[in-house]
Amino acid sequence: MKAFLSLVFSTLFAALLAAASPARADTELTFFYPIAVGGPLTKVIDGLAAQFEKENPGVKVHPIYAGNYDDARIKALAALKGGQPAQLSVLFSIDIYELLEQDVIVPFDDIVTSAEDKAWLKSFYPALMANGIYKGKVYGIPFQRSTIVMYWNKDAFKEAGLDPEKAPATWNEMTQMAAKLVKKDASGNVARWGVMVPSTGYAYWMFQAFARENGQDLMNKDGNRTNYAHPDVIAALQYWRDLGAKHKVMPEGTVEWGTLRQAFTEGKTAMMWHTTGNLTAVKDTAKFPFGVAMLPASKQRGSPTGGGNFYVFKKTSPEERKAALAFIKFMTTPERTAEWSMATGYVATRPDAYETAKLKEYVSGFPAAAVARDQFKFATAELSTFQTGRVRKLLDDAIQASLTGGKAPAEALKGAQAEADKLLRPYR
Amino acid sequence: MLLVGFTHYPAAATLIDSLFSTGTAVRPSRFVGLANYAALGDDPIFWQVLGNNFWFALGTIPTSIALAMLMALWVNDRLPARALVRMAYFTPTILPMIAVANIWLFFFTPQIGLLDQLGGLFGAGGHNWLGEPQTVMGCLVAMTIWKEAGFFMIFYLAALQSLPPELEEAAKIEGASRWYFFWRVTFPLLMPTTLFVLVNATINSFKLVDHLFILTKGGPDNASNLLLYYIYQVAFSFFDTGYAATLTVILLLLLATLALVQFQLIERRVHYR
Repeated sequence: MKAFLSLVFSTLFAALLAAASPARADTELTFFYPIAVGGPLTKVIDGLAAQFEKENPGVKVHPIYAGNYDDARIKALAALKGGQPAQLSVLFSIDIYELLEQDVIVPFDDIVTSAEDKAWLKSFYPALMANGIYKGKVYGIPFQRSTIVMYWNKDAFKEAGLDPEKAPATWNEMTQMAAKLVKKDASGNVARWGVMVPSTGYAYWMFQAFARENGQDLMNKDGNRTNYAHPDVIAALQYWRDLGAKHKVMPEGTVEWGTLRQAFTEGKTAMMWHTTGNLTAVKDTAKFPFGVAMLPASKQRGSPTGGGNFYVFKKTSPEERKAALAFIKFMTTPERTAEWSMATGYVATRPDAYETAKLKEYVSGFPAAAVARDQFKFATAELSTFQTGRVRKLLDDAIQASLTGGKAPAEALKGAQAEADKLLRPYR
Repeated sequence: MLLVGFTHYPAAATLIDSLFSTGTAVRPSRFVGLANYAALGDDPIFWQVLGNNFWFALGTIPTSIALAMLMALWVNDRLPARALVRMAYFTPTILPMIAVANIWLFFFTPQIGLLDQLGGLFGAGGHNWLGEPQTVMGCLVAMTIWKEAGFFMIFYLAALQSLPPELEEAAKIEGASRWYFFWRVTFPLLMPTTLFVLVNATINSFKLVDHLFILTKGGPDNASNLLLYYIYQVAFSFFDTGYAATLTVILLLLLATLALVQFQLIERRVHYR
């Protein structure tokens, strides 16, 4: 009896053992990604991940939608500190200094081995690589990148007696045209504003455009010095404030980022400055013909770049790094970059994407999609320094204080610069 | 065990964290004693945030309690469609704060939002409700009262229904006016509930910051920033865990003091049966 039982058990055990041992474990890639623009984009990402899995058996990809850029950063860092780490993520391009200080990312120069891969590193627009490079090494690969563009309502232009095909090219033109576009109702209240520039959410980003157009960048390449109090920067903020306070073409107080798109598509403002990432959402909901133009110039044209890069984390095995690199290369092929750009309005991150048949056709039918790309030659990196959260908030607060009339632009910016200097001195 | 795990241990850990500087991979954390607390004095945003919280509490607590009591008294009587009215009052409570904030974001949106559209019917112009420091706190207070009053109403309703009806009959026979009956009989008998609701409302005025994520993110220029939201910013946007722990300790001390004060002062006036 005993012998029989032990025979049964040992057979069972052997069978279980045979069934349970896999030929090779799958490589699991978890990554967080944010969405900061309108549109049903989680479906697109899930679709791309599924296709990668089909083409690469042995790798499983788990994309996790993580909210906006702040949420994604918090979730990724919390995951790395806690139990369920991620291997790569799409995070804000300007998080780089924070991630470096926490020592959680690896430069792509350490992962790419073949000559072909090294060439791949150089195949993106240089303007988009700027935020991702520190001390000569590439830490971030551009994925969902944008610039600010000016959307304008062609019907409103016609109604105001302006040429509907011509957008303002300079600050003065914008002020004058906006003044003509302001429409008041019977009781003297404004029914339609001339132009609106959002000042909640990412006020510093919008302000970078004004500053660049006036010839100034707001930080240095090493991330340890800010330029908030230069006279041309103060003049730029004064112009933004004057649009609302003096010329009355924009509402006074802060303009809400999240509802501006709706305000534009409902005709409450004739022009708006917003991210090109909203392009597809505007295209789908606007009931009037609209145009997209580069931002107007003061001394020159200009816009900051924005958006998210792919980062690979340090706590990864060599197989995971290889798989992560393969996935990132998959997501940034010219065809896929084109697909992502058409689904969102984000700029395609590499020149050869614009040579693909689909995107060529899309752009010729919808020239607005090329504006952000054409603006690259005037683009500047997004505001990013050490202690980036605090340094950015200082600028945001200064901008909001000026726009609400709480402080004069000079006073607000000089105060912010002094505080930023205190924070950044230890990094010099 | 649970109490230690979820209350005492985190509180102690936070207190200890506040005595250290924030660590990064490059500069590890070191003991700094009370330096973080000294930094509080230099931080203008901290003082502004405390002030904001004070006005927020002053705006929401008395009004929502008074409103809750009024609503409870009203729906306690025999009303037509009483159940419907009660449900209408209670609906804001069951909505999550984030949903409420998203709805109210569009109420407050200049020109296309509900408030401005209603105002437009009367000829009033658009107003940047959330974008101006003078009006933003008022708007948040209004929204919070809307959300909270229904919740407190339920407690008052339950208390009212447990009052013996003989009291009201006796008062009617004696010829007491409705106001006299309310002020001298009902209100004192509701004191235990009022104490409970008061403590709840105070905690809520510090705890409710979900709407800030959607509506203002503390702006414009910290005009609507509250202490708990500032703690979130310091901890997760600036990653300054030492300073965030310091702020948390301050919040805990504030709440503990307020709870003590409320229990001491009002205990004497509460009439338990």
